[in-house]
Amino acid sequence: MIRASSIAAPSISDSLVPGATLLEVRAVSKRFGAREVLKTLSLDIAAGEFLTLLGESGSGKTTLLRLIAGFEQPTAGEIWMHGTRLDKLPPYKRRVNTVFQQYALFPHLNVNENVAYGLHAANTAKAEIATRVSDALAMVRMREYAAAKPTKLSGGQQQRVALARALVNRPQLLLLDEPLSALDANLRKEMQSELKSLQREVGITFLFVTHDQEEAMALSDRIALLRNGTVEQVASPREIYARPATAYTAQFIGQTNLLRAIIRNGVADCGAFQFASTQADGSALFSLRPEAISLASHVSQSQENPAQYSDFVHFTAHIRQQIYSGATELLELETSAGAILRARISSGAPLSGSHEFTFSSKEVIPVRD
Amino acid sequence: MYSRTYRLLVALPPILWVALFLLLPYLLMFLHSFWTVRDGAIVHHWNFDNYATLFKNPLYVEVLFRTARIASGVTMLSVFLGYPLAYFLSFHGGPRKELFYQLVIVPLWVSYLVRGYAWKTILGSDGVLNGFLQYLHITHGPVSALLYSPFAVVLMLTHIYTPFVFLPIYASLEHIPRPLIEASQDLGAAPRKTFFRVILPLSLPGLLAGATFAFVLSLGDFLAPLLVGGPSGTMIANLVQSLFGAAYDWPLGAAISVFILVITLALLALTQRVEKRWSFE
Repeated sequence: MIRASSIAAPSISDSLVPGATLLEVRAVSKRFGAREVLKTLSLDIAAGEFLTLLGESGSGKTTLLRLIAGFEQPTAGEIWMHGTRLDKLPPYKRRVNTVFQQYALFPHLNVNENVAYGLHAANTAKAEIATRVSDALAMVRMREYAAAKPTKLSGGQQQRVALARALVNRPQLLLLDEPLSALDANLRKEMQSELKSLQREVGITFLFVTHDQEEAMALSDRIALLRNGTVEQVASPREIYARPATAYTAQFIGQTNLLRAIIRNGVADCGAFQFASTQADGSALFSLRPEAISLASHVSQSQENPAQYSDFVHFTAHIRQQIYSGATELLELETSAGAILRARISSGAPLSGSHEFTFSSKEVIPVRD
Repeated sequence: MYSRTYRLLVALPPILWVALFLLLPYLLMFLHSFWTVRDGAIVHHWNFDNYATLFKNPLYVEVLFRTARIASGVTMLSVFLGYPLAYFLSFHGGPRKELFYQLVIVPLWVSYLVRGYAWKTILGSDGVLNGFLQYLHITHGPVSALLYSPFAVVLMLTHIYTPFVFLPIYASLEHIPRPLIEASQDLGAAPRKTFFRVILPLSLPGLLAGATFAFVLSLGDFLAPLLVGGPSGTMIANLVQSLFGAAYDWPLGAAISVFILVITLALLALTQRVEKRWSFE
């Protein structure tokens, strides 16, 4: 489907050891007037990885991208790439290319000329431009549109051209500013998987910005969750979901139940039930994913090892609401102590009244406020 | 649906207006250009002599060429003034953009005649400029060549038409999506390259519209040469005026008018085609 041979052919001097640090954002701050958009933010990006900046609007993710591209200057801090200081260079001297949110294809140039733009700017030899442009267009399956003007293309096609235009320059780092947000849902899913396989094949480091946590989970090697201009947590999708460091992360990525408990002598008490905890005595906050909670009747049948069973916490709750969504359904529970919990169980018969529920205390993750 | 009568009634005033004040005069002018004057009266003797005179008589040829030169000069000068002004305002106008914009437009509210007379007082022998030059001891007497010359005409017309050139250029620059400029830089093009490969091509429709404004309006101008042109600054419209007035040679005047009209229409058609080729909406 996608061929990337000629794109992924950096010269020897460019060769970056996969996994070595490519980009370092060192304590960068950015202020627009009185508004501080980035607050001494630090972040490392490894060569060859697909890193996603995830955050709500106003979290500073686009600003960080623009600082790396060179469209904005940091108020404080430094940005280094592969041993050179980046933040002092103008955008046209950085080996970074951007795929813009609205693609920003040049309307007066056709597809071919758009893709050739960067190579022309670099005074590449004519013959080389021709082959590289043609390869790049083949890679995104747009070769037959080489002579078309961008305005004649659909959103998805423009998206491909924008990708080819950026990748043809063999950047060390590709920045993608919510590139899929303008596409409709189906095309978006399709482009997600293409983008992911494309990144694997060309081996170029991708820094991807999105506010869509599902998109971030599907695409990324690592996710950097931004909140109010600082990094809340950086981790792989699996880790950030399974081990959220903060209550904000737990709530932003997926759904969760936040439990406030008082810990005394290794036992956390949150009113409705108690569970074992290694946290120090005092007040603490825990995250419990809805899918970690099950109906006790289900578990008792499947659990055969009594030693393992001892980890399980049981509680009785009243079912307030049952929201069916196909393979699973979401239950809104009210415990005897009045706490509201959400549980996601595999779909079964309609439920009502009070039931016994259970979860493993291993699934309860302590989080910071 | 509207009734036939209603539609006819509504269409009637504009049709009458166009017929009476546009088509009829043009038709009369066109007919006159093929007639001739004999013994102080216009006779309907069909001929092409008027057009022949226009191209053979050295006086007319010279004035025609001078008019074209002045119009070209005005066009070039107002583009060279208007484009940087529009560029600066559009890209570096900052928070006072609107104010600057209004300042450029303000002269358009001042009467054309007043601005013409202002140039008379600036350029005249006792004028502001001569006084200033003598005060600085750059010249030792009034320089009369400043006023009543093609130079004065170009100066005055440039002053008058620069805002006209500025406006469409500014509009087209404002229209350029800023991410395109960032994309160009992102792809490695330095500011100069970005200007020539992105900004200039995308503002070409505005530039063309402005240049056409300046050229066509100066081509038919007769007030500026009348006020500050003097004998050496006479333009084709002044000849037309005198032919229709004191000289009483309407047929020749009509022939010249038809000629200028044809040039103007051809030019407008050409720029319209080029503009269409270069517009990206």
